Amino acid sequence: MASTSDSEAFVAFERVQKSYDGETLVVKDLNLSMPKGEFLTMLGPSGSGKTTCLMMLAGFETATHGEIMLDGTPINNIPPHKRGIGMVFQNYALFPHMTVGENLSFPLEVRKIGKSEREKKVMRALDMVQMGDFANRRPAQLSGGQQQRIALARALVFEPELVLMDEPLGALDKQLREHMQFEITRLAHELGITTVYVTHDQTEALTMSDRVAVFNDGRIQQLAPPDTLYEEPENSFVAQFIGENNTLEGTVKEISGKTCTVQLDGGELISARPINVTKPGDRTRVSIRPERVEMNKERLQEGAHLLKAEVMEFIYMGDIFRTRLRVAGRDDFIVKTRNAPDQVRLKRGETVEIGWLPEDCRALEA
Amino acid sequence: MSDTTQTGPIDMGNSAANDTAEKKGPMLAADGTPLKRSLNRALRRQKLRALALIAPLLIFVLLTFIAPIADMLFRSVENDIVSNTLPTTTEALEGWDHTTGEPPSEAVFEDFYFDLFLASEAKEHTKLGTRLNYEKTGVSSMFRSTGRGLDDIGDDYLDALEETDERWGDGDFWYALMSGTGTSAPEVVEARRKALARMSGDSLSGDVGFAPSNSIATLLPTTVRAYSDFAVYTALVDGDVVAEEDPWESVYVGLISDLEEANVDGYTGPEADALKAAKAALPGIEQVSLKSFFQSEDKDWVDPSVWATIQTYSPKYTSGYFLNAIDMQLTPDGIEMRPENQQIYIMLFKRTLFMSMMIMGSCILLGYPVAWLLANLPSKSANLLMILVLLPFWTSLLVRTSAWKVMLQQQGVINDVLVWLGLVSDGDRLVMINNQFGTIVAMTHILLPFMILPLYSVMQTIPPTYLRAAKSLGATNWTAFWRVYFPQSVPGIGAGSILVFILSIGYYITPEIVGGTTGTFISNRIAYHISSSLNWGLGAALGAILLACVLILYWAYDRIVGIDNVKLG
Ligand SMILES: Nc1ncnc2c1ncn2[C@@H]1O[C@H](COP(=O)(O)OP(=O)(O)O)[C@@H](O)[C@H]1O
Ligand SMILES: [Mg+2]
Repeated sequence: MASTSDSEAFVAFERVQKSYDGETLVVKDLNLSMPKGEFLTMLGPSGSGKTTCLMMLAGFETATHGEIMLDGTPINNIPPHKRGIGMVFQNYALFPHMTVGENLSFPLEVRKIGKSEREKKVMRALDMVQMGDFANRRPAQLSGGQQQRIALARALVFEPELVLMDEPLGALDKQLREHMQFEITRLAHELGITTVYVTHDQTEALTMSDRVAVFNDGRIQQLAPPDTLYEEPENSFVAQFIGENNTLEGTVKEISGKTCTVQLDGGELISARPINVTKPGDRTRVSIRPERVEMNKERLQEGAHLLKAEVMEFIYMGDIFRTRLRVAGRDDFIVKTRNAPDQVRLKRGETVEIGWLPEDCRALEA
Repeated sequence: MSDTTQTGPIDMGNSAANDTAEKKGPMLAADGTPLKRSLNRALRRQKLRALALIAPLLIFVLLTFIAPIADMLFRSVENDIVSNTLPTTTEALEGWDHTTGEPPSEAVFEDFYFDLFLASEAKEHTKLGTRLNYEKTGVSSMFRSTGRGLDDIGDDYLDALEETDERWGDGDFWYALMSGTGTSAPEVVEARRKALARMSGDSLSGDVGFAPSNSIATLLPTTVRAYSDFAVYTALVDGDVVAEEDPWESVYVGLISDLEEANVDGYTGPEADALKAAKAALPGIEQVSLKSFFQSEDKDWVDPSVWATIQTYSPKYTSGYFLNAIDMQLTPDGIEMRPENQQIYIMLFKRTLFMSMMIMGSCILLGYPVAWLLANLPSKSANLLMILVLLPFWTSLLVRTSAWKVMLQQQGVINDVLVWLGLVSDGDRLVMINNQFGTIVAMTHILLPFMILPLYSVMQTIPPTYLRAAKSLGATNWTAFWRVYFPQSVPGIGAGSILVFILSIGYYITPEIVGGTTGTFISNRIAYHISSSLNWGLGAALGAILLACVLILYWAYDRIVGIDNVKLG
């Protein structure tokens, strides 16, 4: 994926900066390119500049610096209504004074498409989101999930090649959200549209996207497919932000190729994979996923470093056990184990030894 | 609780049985009363408390708002002044047919004389004259001048009577004669007290200190009536002793008229001899018919059309004021249009409606962009703009209106600038004040905040994402505004229009100052009738029609736009 060259990019941000007040940069040096048909998610905490990026792409905000390209042409000077980009807003922005059908035919009317053609397209779009029977309702008469579908249908009805969605599922309950996640990805892939999706929900980002751009502080921290993002976070922000994660702090003792030894602040030694540490003496945070922690010594390599841990809490969660341990002076170390027949259930106060494969433990910058 | 269907206490054991019972009958509360009733009882207490909280306001509104309006509506049809002032005359007139072209009979004039005499003593006859003058010009002066001459005829009779007996002019002589002996008839006095009370509007309670005997009341009914009038007025209004006062001249007129037919031979009461002597002298006394007396006072009294007017306006309630208010007239021959040169009200109503529409329209045109700015500017500049919008509220209405006078007059700022620019020559400066243009300009300025504020409060609730959504769907700025933003701001336009229209339709002070003759409203006419011409009935009728106009427009608005589409905040 990283090999996507600019020549085949459908959407491209080149050194884009944005400031609202002339004092602080809300978006700092954004570079991004997307091939046609990709489903890209911008993920990041609130205030990290995701919406701003989306609005620049849609044309509602102008970039303070840099170029935004759509299908090879710079669009900085094209007004929003000529960009032909479909948009789904967080609160749907369905026009309350029009029926569902009128809402959908609005983009077709302004494109001067004939009545019969319009009706056909509206019906097709409504059927696409399984709302064919609701054309005569007003938005206020629909539930949140139904409004969401209509908003989606309205963004797609004029067959845009690029669709932007700004936290479109934020107002739905969990079950509906999961269902809609599935629907949206299905539609995006079926129709082959390029999608930029904004969310602050990492599960949503991981399950839906081809690639995820993790935003923080106006920068893309990592741009990668979901599995890479999860398993190979490039910095501690991404490691922390994506999924559950255990962090231990220490100093690099020695580095040899793909492994390094880290001395934790309590004096214990562990092995890890160096990611962005370069030389012995670097401060580091090592990160280990809770499900990669091993309590069964037999599964570890000969001579692997082990740590003593005291069980603080054992939580039975059905499919997994979640154990909170005190490790190296910190008592927020989480271990997840599968509920298998041979799995022991630990008791509070017990002492165990834990370890991990060096490649599961990533030494990141402090 | 007698209608409770469930009997016996509910216990946990048979709750299953209860469940089935509940399905059949009405739902029951825990204590066995029907659920609906216990809910109502619980709610009633809340409602009562709420009612108690708003009671002071409710009473205030009732007393200061509803009551005056009800009173106004009542005044616009109330007409009891005619039948209260001339009770017997109006009754006697019922049998008279104005189409014969003949004035009413002597009997009617006789009733009229006594009614009018009492009314002129009580100083009520001029009010009646004014009232009837609204319907027939000239009546007012007839009443006023005739009121002054009513004594003359009685004085002549007294002179003649005193020739038969010196005491005919004495108060105690009359008191003895009228009181008589035997069973008394206090109901005669009581009836006259009531008549006077109705006429003057006072309750007039107390002891008159006089009651005629039955026999004298049957012998000299007219005299007794006139004397009772005198007695009631003397005792209850003047607060004097009846026996010590000389009677009114109307009493002599009554006596002469009674003696004509009375058989006094068998009468044995006090002063029977004097009475008999007077009867004997009757042929020697020159009698004047009351009809010719009135004719000599004012020849119009024998004009049948005067009497037809009195007859037409005898009923206690009349549509006359309302008919006047729409340039019509209730005449003895039915409802007619007023003469062309007296028709002004329909024209004024039309002008008021038209100008209110113009003012409303200009308020929308000027107010909409301002409200849009207010709703979309950053809050700092929006606050400043809001202060500018509200500024007119902080300045006296009179000052603002007068300022427009200064601006718009022919030697005013605007004309000066136009002349200076050479757009208008000094000779023909524009007339912009004391006409409709001036009124519309000044009123638009004054009422503008009432358009801007509701518009602003509605626009504030329209999220900017709608416009963005429309543009992202391919709409140009204008289409996005017209198809998406504007329809959502219509409730604000509606609210503002209703406010401005209703306020302007009843506006008074500004049209009065800058309206001249062509720019005044119906309310200026109402004010004239309330404070200058004192024709409150007509003022009230005009006001009632104005109120009806507003309600009809409100109703029409509800039908066309829907009143729930109006947002005031
Ligand atoms: N219209 C605006 N004017 C000024 N500052 C803004 C505006 N919109 C967003 N910001 C600021 O820009 C930053 C990024 O905002 P945004 O792009 O909305 O973040 P996100 O969508 O990731 O939550 C925030 O600090 C926010 O306060
Ligand atoms: Mg956002």
